[in-house]
Amino acid sequence: MKYLDEYRDSTIARALAAEIAAVTTRHWVLMEICGGQTHTIMRYGLDELLPSKIELVHGPGCPVCVTPLETIDKAIALALLPDVTLVSYGDMLRVPGSNSDLFRAKAQGADIRVVYSPVEAVRIAQANPDRKVVFLAIGFETTAPANAMAAWRAKQQNLTNFSMLVSHVLVPPAIRALLASRDNRIQGFIAPGHVCTIVGCQDYEDLAREFSIPIVVGGFEPVDLLEAILMLVKQLEAGDVCVENQYVRSVTYAGNQHAQRILKEVFEVADQKWRGIGEIPRSGLKFRSEYAAYDANLVFNLDVITADEPAECISALVLQGLRKPTDCAAFAIRCTPENPLGAPMVSSEGACAAYYHYRRHVKELA
Amino acid sequence: MSSKSITDITCAIPLPARDTVLLGHGSGGRLSAELVRDIFLPAFGDPELARLNDQAVVSIGDSRIAMTTDSFVINPLFFPGGDIGSLAVNGTVNDLAVGGATPLFLSVAFILEEGLSMDVLHRVVRSLQVAAEAANVRVVTGDTKVVERGKGDGLFINTTGIGLVPAGISLSADNAQPGDKILLSGPVGEHGIAILAQREGLEFETTIESDCAPLHTLCAEILSAGAGVRCMRDLTRGGLSSALNEIAAQAKVGVELNETAIPVREEVKGACEMLGFDPLYVANEGKLIAIVAPDSAENVLSAMRRNRFGQQSSIIGTITAAHVGLVTMKTLLGTTRVVDMLSGDQLPRIC
Repeated sequence: MKYLDEYRDSTIARALAAEIAAVTTRHWVLMEICGGQTHTIMRYGLDELLPSKIELVHGPGCPVCVTPLETIDKAIALALLPDVTLVSYGDMLRVPGSNSDLFRAKAQGADIRVVYSPVEAVRIAQANPDRKVVFLAIGFETTAPANAMAAWRAKQQNLTNFSMLVSHVLVPPAIRALLASRDNRIQGFIAPGHVCTIVGCQDYEDLAREFSIPIVVGGFEPVDLLEAILMLVKQLEAGDVCVENQYVRSVTYAGNQHAQRILKEVFEVADQKWRGIGEIPRSGLKFRSEYAAYDANLVFNLDVITADEPAECISALVLQGLRKPTDCAAFAIRCTPENPLGAPMVSSEGACAAYYHYRRHVKELA
Repeated sequence: MSSKSITDITCAIPLPARDTVLLGHGSGGRLSAELVRDIFLPAFGDPELARLNDQAVVSIGDSRIAMTTDSFVINPLFFPGGDIGSLAVNGTVNDLAVGGATPLFLSVAFILEEGLSMDVLHRVVRSLQVAAEAANVRVVTGDTKVVERGKGDGLFINTTGIGLVPAGISLSADNAQPGDKILLSGPVGEHGIAILAQREGLEFETTIESDCAPLHTLCAEILSAGAGVRCMRDLTRGGLSSALNEIAAQAKVGVELNETAIPVREEVKGACEMLGFDPLYVANEGKLIAIVAPDSAENVLSAMRRNRFGQQSSIIGTITAAHVGLVTMKTLLGTTRVVDMLSGDQLPRIC
């Protein structure tokens, strides 16, 4: 299959791995931001191909994982209202809130529908005027434009029974928070290719300059990631600091202008909580006042629902690359995808879940 | 809530033990296995049930009878490559056949929802009859119940099948031994993707058809091709991964797969990429795996390829003494990863 097979080619991958080994003279700590990239690294065992001097740490870029506990609690509370239809992406249904998850709410009789596109949620609202339809709109910059489009469309059609529970997170402020931490070990970033497809590379230029750290915008297939790692290592070894684009088949410097326009039309930047991390200033999106009628938080007065995350698991350390998932005493014993203790075990793109699904043999065979 | 710094250590509260049935309990994955282990097995405690094969094989006098039952609750009722009627026959026929039995008799029970169109019922029954003829089984008994509108999904079917196991044949997952080869009868994931595409209105360049098919002749030919057949499994919900994880657990062996040897059709691969699915976990209704002693493997493979439902058969892996209970796979890149059992259904990923 075009654009897949050549990026999963064993010969190319091994040649890149050999080149990485040839240019690496010392220990480098690199972080891939996106959960999709973590997933590929684990699924294809890329860490097995890399020299031991290259240490990959897994970033907070799993949108399902970092959605705040209270957003899940709000979604469950909404779904259990008799006149509400809650519409969501499939992988949010298993995410545990404080006491339940959406699958359990569904088993209790909540009307919960899974969609593949937010525009589908608008159609459900049109087709069911007697139901209050709420779309659980989460994600990074990648999914935000489509979600913005849903709100825009609802407004165009003057829909009064549609709203969105929004929890959008932005990547650059998270990178900034990681780099500003006194414990930071990360020396180079693989930036998320799909986020940059939307927003372009400008924000990453600013970060690279401010923190003197190389950044390579990377794709999601094994060859993409190995090439991005090679580009990063070459910069590090040469003492260069710049933003390079490995994912040229998708990312342009300016990004997708149409998507950026609809984002600005509907949303504005706001402070945002990240599950497992805490609040990061100006790291999320909220509705502009012109779209307040579509903000489920206001429509249903949800701000009374709050949740505290108790301090038990080491997810914050994992998300900063200070610990590996397998360093956790609870990993694969008390913390599993069926009963996740923390955010990174929640979705298959979370770092702990990726280790659990694909790399468990490393621990068992050791 | 007080705001926290990025260095705070935080986590979610673990959820209490499950107190209600979830959709995932019907997925054929880890949740389904929990139901069987925690509720059904302790209640009945039967040694034949505890073998957890696709069918029970019991003796009556000198005859060894294979028996199995399956309920079909599929939405949509009609899909490319089949419908609930053909599925209800083939699913049960295949569960008997992979136990080495010759399928003979079926019961068919209908649960109909008030308001169901008679035309739909006619079409389903006609399809069921054609499938039964093709599988060479007789429908000898049945039942009908009607539930109020809104209390059924149009039409549910249960079929129970009975077959005869020839003397000298004893297939069971716990026969699998280190060194045995794993043979797969063709490309995986077609049924699950066909259903999903139809249900969700996903359109691809070519229509993906379900692989729904009766495998009784394929099974018979496998068994006559070599004495070294340890067990067979038809791959249904939960896909290839669940079947292999179950065998690894039951036989207390490890499984090592070779990713390059597992056939997946391009259309299925494309659909899975789009949805964030792994074809190894997607449902099939006309595929099986056979665990075969190494010296019989080539013979059995040739026999499988001669059957119309096994033309694309391949050897996809080996049973090992290492990593007992775990399925691992040599990836396209030559690295190794775990092929885990899914907790519940695969869910389309957000991005």
